[in-house]
Amino acid sequence: MYQGIKISGFGGQGVISAGYLLAQAGMMEGKEVSFFPAYGAEMRGGTANCSVVVASEEVTTPIVSTPDTAIVLNEPSLAKFEPSVKPGGLLIVNSSLVNSKPTRTDIKILFVPCNQVAGELGNGKVMNMVALGAFAAATGAITVDAIARALPKVYKKLKPEVIELNIKALKRGAEFK
Amino acid sequence: MQLLNKKPESLLDVKMHYCPGCGHGIIHRLVAEVMDELGIRARTIGVAPVGCAVFADTYFNCDMIQGPHGRGPAEATGIKRAKPGTIVFSYQGDGDLASIGMAEIVHAAIRSENITVIFVNNAIYGMTGGQMAPTTLMGQKATTCVDGRNAKQAGYPIKMCEMLATVDGATYLERTTVHNAPGVLKTKASLKKAFQNQIDGKGFSMVEVLSMCPTNWGTRLDNPSEATKFVAEGMLPVFPLGVYKDAQRN
Amino acid sequence: MAEKKLMKGNEALSEGAIRAGCRFFAGYPITPQNEIPEYMSWRLPQVGGAFVQAESEVSAINMVYGAGATGVRCMTSSSSPGISLKQEGISYAAGADLPIFIGNVMRGGPGLGNIAGAQGDYWQATRGGGHGDYRTFVMAPNSVTEMANFPHKCFEVSFKYRLPSMVLADGILGQMMEPVEFKHPEIDPSTLTEPDWALGVNNNRAKRIVKSYDLKEGGVEIMVNERVKRYRQIEAAETIYEEKMLEDAEIALVAYGISARVCVAAMKLAREKGLKVGLFRPITLWPFPKARLVELSKKMKHFLVVEMSLGQMVEDVQLALNGRSQLHLYAKPGASVITADEIYKAMDNIVKKGAKEYAAAK
Repeated sequence: MYQGIKISGFGGQGVISAGYLLAQAGMMEGKEVSFFPAYGAEMRGGTANCSVVVASEEVTTPIVSTPDTAIVLNEPSLAKFEPSVKPGGLLIVNSSLVNSKPTRTDIKILFVPCNQVAGELGNGKVMNMVALGAFAAATGAITVDAIARALPKVYKKLKPEVIELNIKALKRGAEFK
Repeated sequence: MQLLNKKPESLLDVKMHYCPGCGHGIIHRLVAEVMDELGIRARTIGVAPVGCAVFADTYFNCDMIQGPHGRGPAEATGIKRAKPGTIVFSYQGDGDLASIGMAEIVHAAIRSENITVIFVNNAIYGMTGGQMAPTTLMGQKATTCVDGRNAKQAGYPIKMCEMLATVDGATYLERTTVHNAPGVLKTKASLKKAFQNQIDGKGFSMVEVLSMCPTNWGTRLDNPSEATKFVAEGMLPVFPLGVYKDAQRN
Repeated sequence: MAEKKLMKGNEALSEGAIRAGCRFFAGYPITPQNEIPEYMSWRLPQVGGAFVQAESEVSAINMVYGAGATGVRCMTSSSSPGISLKQEGISYAAGADLPIFIGNVMRGGPGLGNIAGAQGDYWQATRGGGHGDYRTFVMAPNSVTEMANFPHKCFEVSFKYRLPSMVLADGILGQMMEPVEFKHPEIDPSTLTEPDWALGVNNNRAKRIVKSYDLKEGGVEIMVNERVKRYRQIEAAETIYEEKMLEDAEIALVAYGISARVCVAAMKLAREKGLKVGLFRPITLWPFPKARLVELSKKMKHFLVVEMSLGQMVEDVQLALNGRSQLHLYAKPGASVITADEIYKAMDNIVKKGAKEYAAAK
C-alpha cells in the first residue's frame, strides 16, 4: 500500500492540520509516513495545501506531485489538483463549496458535502474531519480509529468534548465511501 | 631606590607599532592598569578590531580574539553568553564602531549586553591611510575629502555617546580624552567604572576616548603637540566630554 | 526503540544539534528556517545554553565566531540570502580554525528569489563561499532523521579537524515532517575536554589568541598549507555516500538531499518499466565522493545528475568521470519541484533515444 495524498483548500479550512493528523495517525498505526505543508506566502489567507504519504513501505519522496488521492475542499483546488491525480486514483470533492464538476473519467470521484455535514454536527470547523473520514473509508489506507487516536497528539489543547465532536465528524465522513 | 611605576602585568613587554603621538599606546596602558587593579586579567577576553588597533591581540596579556571589521560587539556577545564567568571588552576605532559596525554596537547596547566597550575616536581612518571617518569634523581634510568634509557630500559627524544615550539598554556612557594629563587620569577612572559595571553585572558600558592621529591628520598637524591642540580646539567643541548615561541597575 | 516522534526537519536539526552538545545559538529570522531559532530560543535555556536573536545574519555569525572561540559547541542557521551575509564570518572562522556549525535551509535564488526549497547554494557551500582559500565540511541530509543526526557528525569533524561545518538542507526538508529517530547518544558538553586553544578563564596559563591574520611574509601560506593537510585527512577519512541498486544498473542517478528522494521514486518507476537504474547519493558534498565515482565510471555506461539548481554539482561529477562515462544533467533552478516522471523521461531519452550528453548539450 502506498498512498500519496494531496489536501487543498482555503487557509482556515484545516488543510494543514488534517495532513499533520493523517501522518501522525499513520505513524501510530506502524506505517511509514511523511507530511509536507506548503508554507510561507501561501499560508497567508490564500489557498493552502499539503502532501501526505501513508505507506506500508519506505516513503520515496515526500513531495506528492501525482497523488493517489486528492482531497479538494474549495473551488480553486479542484482546478489545480484534479489534473494531477494518478489514473485510477481518487478525488474527494467537498460538494458543499465546489460547484464545478470534475471532468476526469479515469479516476474515482467521491462527493462529500463536508460543510453541510459539519454544520449538522453543530460546528463547521470539523469539516476537515468529515473529509478525512471519507478518505479513510474509501481507501482503507488508514482506519478512522487510528485518526481518532491521533487527535489528542496533534490537538494537545482540545477539550474532550471537542475531540468527541471531531470523532463524530470522522465517522459521518466515513459513511460516504 | 624605590620603584614608582612599572609596566602593568596586563600589557606585554613588546614593541608596539603605533606612530609617535598616537593615543592608542596610552589607552592600551590605561586598560591594562585597570585590569591589573581590578584583578581580572586571568579571566578577561579582549576583542581586537580591524583598524590601527588590530594588533591589540598581541599587546594585551590576556586571551584575545581578532575578527571581522566592526563586529566586535557581536563577538563579545557570543563570548560573554557562552562563558558568563569571563570579563569581555571590545576595543574599537571610529570606522570600526561608528561606520561598518554601527548596527552591532547599537544592538549590543539595546540588549544591554554585559560587556565593556572602549571606543577610540580620532576622527580619521588610520590603518588604511587617512580616509574620512564617520566622526571626521566639518571641514577636516582627509584623503577621501581633500577639500575638507562638507555636509552636502558627506553629512555630519556622528556623536555616538549622545546617540546611544537614547537607548534604554545602555548603562554607562562617558566621553573622555587623552590629549592632556587630566584627561588621561579621568579616562582611567572612567575605564575602571566601565569594567566594574561589568563585574557587577550592570550591562552595557562604553567609554569614548578622544585621541590623536598626528600621522593622518595632515602635514600641519604632523607632530604630537599640534595634534593635541587639534583635539582641544577642533574635537572638544564637537564632542563635548562628560557622562552621557549612568543608569541605576540592580 | 523509543516511541517514534513526528518532527519537522528544522526542529529535528535543532534538537539534533543540542543532543550533539550545542550550547550556543545566534540567528536571525528568515523563511524557511524560522523553526530553528524558534526551537532554540526555548530549548537551549532548558539545557543551560544560551540563545541570542541577533540584529542581522552578519551579527549572528560573529556571535558564533565569539562563542566558538571559547570552545563551546555553537551554531547559527539561516537560508540562502542570510547565508550569503554570513560568508564573511564563515571565512574568518575558517581562517581562525574555529569549529562552528551552520545550518543552511536553502531557498530559491539569486537575490530574494522565493521561499520554496532549492539547491542553488551548492557552489557557495562547497567552494567556501566567502573569500580566501578554505574548505567547509558540508553534509546533505535527505530525511528528517538525517536532519536530526547529521549535527553530531558535523560537530565531531569540526572539532577533530578544526573547521566550520554545514548541514546543507532545503525548504522542503526544513518544513516536512517525518518520524524521527535520534541515533547517537546524547552528549553532555561538561564531559568534553576543553580544547587547548579555547579562550576563557585562564588561571594564569599563557594567553591565547584566536585570529585569522598573519602579516609576516609567507605567514598565511604556512597557515593555509597546514590547513590543507587537514583537508586531505578529511577527504580520506570523512567522505560519506550512499548507493542504491547500482550493482546491475546501466544508468546511475546522481543526486543529493531532497532531489535524491525524488530519484528513489523515479528509480522505482523506471525499474517497473524495465530500465536498470541505480542511485549514487553524495552525503558529504565536501569532501565530494569523487574516488567512488571514479571507480563506478569504469563500468557504468550513463550517469544522470539530478539537481534543483542550474547544474552545479554536475561539474564535480564531470571532474570525477573525466570522460570515462556518458554524463547527463536534469536540472531545475528556481526552487521548482522535480518529479519522478520527469526524471524517468530523461532516463528513457538517454537509454532509448541517445539524448545529448551534458558537455555537448551546453
